[in-house]
Amino acid sequence: MPKTITDASMTDDSTDTATAGVQQMSMQQALNRALNEILAENPKTVIFGEDCGRLGGVFRITDGLQAKHGEERVFDTPLAESGILGMSVGLAMAGFHPIPEVQFDGFAYPAINQIVCQIARMNYRSRGTLPMPITLRVPSFGGIRAPEHHGESLEALFAHVPGLKVVSPSNPHDAYHLLKYAATRPDPVIFMEPKSRYWQKGPVDVSNAALGGAAHDGDTSTGGSLTGARVAREGRHLTLVAWGAMVSRCLQVAELAAEDGIDVEVLDLRWLKPIDAEALARSVGKTRRAVVVHEAPLTSGLGAEVAQLITQSCFASLKAPVERVTGFDVPYPSGDLEDEYIPNIDRILFGIQRVLEYRRG
Amino acid sequence: MTTHPVLAAVDDDAAPLTHRQLRELYALMAAVRHLDTSAVAWQRQGIIPGYAPELGQEAAQVGSGYAVDRTRDFVFPTYREMGVARAMGLDMVGYMSTHKATWHGGMYNPLESRFAPIQAVVAGSVLHAVGWAHGQTLAGHAKGETGVAMTYFGDGASSQGDVHEAMNFAAVMKAPVVFFIQNNGWAISVPTERQVAGGSVAARAAGYGIPSLQVDGNDVVAVYEATRSAFAHCRAGNGPVVIEAMTYRRGPHSTADDPGRYRTLEEERLDAGEDPLERFKQRLLAEGVADEAFFAEAQRLAEEEEEAVRAGIADLGPRPGAEMFSLVFQEPTPALQSQATAWREESEHA
Repeated sequence: MPKTITDASMTDDSTDTATAGVQQMSMQQALNRALNEILAENPKTVIFGEDCGRLGGVFRITDGLQAKHGEERVFDTPLAESGILGMSVGLAMAGFHPIPEVQFDGFAYPAINQIVCQIARMNYRSRGTLPMPITLRVPSFGGIRAPEHHGESLEALFAHVPGLKVVSPSNPHDAYHLLKYAATRPDPVIFMEPKSRYWQKGPVDVSNAALGGAAHDGDTSTGGSLTGARVAREGRHLTLVAWGAMVSRCLQVAELAAEDGIDVEVLDLRWLKPIDAEALARSVGKTRRAVVVHEAPLTSGLGAEVAQLITQSCFASLKAPVERVTGFDVPYPSGDLEDEYIPNIDRILFGIQRVLEYRRG
Repeated sequence: MTTHPVLAAVDDDAAPLTHRQLRELYALMAAVRHLDTSAVAWQRQGIIPGYAPELGQEAAQVGSGYAVDRTRDFVFPTYREMGVARAMGLDMVGYMSTHKATWHGGMYNPLESRFAPIQAVVAGSVLHAVGWAHGQTLAGHAKGETGVAMTYFGDGASSQGDVHEAMNFAAVMKAPVVFFIQNNGWAISVPTERQVAGGSVAARAAGYGIPSLQVDGNDVVAVYEATRSAFAHCRAGNGPVVIEAMTYRRGPHSTADDPGRYRTLEEERLDAGEDPLERFKQRLLAEGVADEAFFAEAQRLAEEEEEAVRAGIADLGPRPGAEMFSLVFQEPTPALQSQATAWREESEHA
């Protein structure tokens, strides 16, 4: 773990200030605040994983929670991911709402049997008598110059598994609300936190999920839309579809494209299962062009699923095939090469250019 | 220097089994034996597509299942615990329905039965037992009142990493779990000596600081008493216990297996030892606990029960296809709902 990350996490205590209205906070603070409230609101919630207790997690997402809520509700486990997830199944069967943490994306692999064969299927296997209200927090994606297995994008793998739901916030506000929403659901949710965005601050309105009126779907009367995608930037010429850390990069790209007179819409998918097909249809139905951006490798990535959903709803009006700008079909590279791997501004701009210049044969 | 943990001296005022209880144990074993051998016949007759017999393991299963307190304990089975299910009083049509290919986990209610859904991943549910047991600790029951989890697995499953993780977690957390291993000599075609380094799963418990008991798994009373002691140890807050019941899988791994390819009938005869059911019968006769009339009546009841279960199984139709979709989530996704709609419309057309 790079020293700067752990140092940065030790700072702010603004998560304790419970006031209404919009506050500036980092995603780490927003997640920490959400977990604190979840523990306070639901006595059946338990948080556990490697170093989640006294240390507060390697990213400090659970910072201070053990001291506040006790060692029974926030605890360290032995260092074994299958054990953490297998234990979650039994706790859920006993009526608890586990929020386990896998320390890094790549370490979800040792727990794959428990996630795929057990957590995802227990509701089905038991004919609905043993629901699995488990929110699995997974610090995800790359961009922090970390060692091997610390920069993986597992969303397509999880989204492929019947019985799982998958969500990834791109900003502190959504991180707060989506985590609180996920932790109150009766089904298992894989909560993918973009670790490269943990320390960027942004506005969080704890009392109103639909910040800035940007939500276009769902029932906003109960505190905002938390089940679908979010239009992060309105535009007319082309839709960039992204999630997690790629959303802020796409917003940067949109600003640059605007200088050339290209009006880009950015759709933050948020939910990777279920994918908000209506939001895709609405956005691309308007712009008639789309580029999907993700960090995960290209082949069988979620970009293919998104492209198919867009084709299904917008085929007749599309000006060009849906383009994908993604990571490559290579193992996630070492830090020195990760800027070559993760879609960068130039590659996304090239993708936009290919779509705009497309001419029917 | 390794220290060998021992069962805590629990204040277990357990009386010896009464004659009535001994007869009940025999009746359960007889019912299980008859249902088990009948289920193999059902498969040969085409009533069910497959079955995993537990022939020879009746004492291990009935003896341990008989010790469960169904008001507060919870059992985590594999796919070969029919005898435990019967001893715990499960709805046996609901249990056997998994072998009819009606529903993977079985049609019984696991919460009401205190018996988790049938588990097909070898060692898959051992960690679930640890989580459930730790939940009992978190629930803060009074000392001596806590529920205990009992997880079943075999010598083959003991090779799985999840078993190590489960024993280590349970010991660290002092979780009230009984790890009940039926060492039946075979993991499909691979004998214990090629499976279990050191020759004993129970011996491994010492490494975790967990007390262990290796019992004659073909002696139903010994199994019951060991399990009862283990439950008392867990219930008093002393942490987990490992029991290794040494028994023998007298039948094939499943109705699709062919043991002739890996062991001879002569080896089976020598290795299996005395039949646990016959052995218990001779003991009850010798001790004057039961007479021939009792055994005849037990057999008659077993046959009556098998007929009722067979009729129930034969009557089980396929589940409505809509359940494929409706039971995946508590809150179904729009995509799944539209797949269900498309399936319904297209299957109605066909």
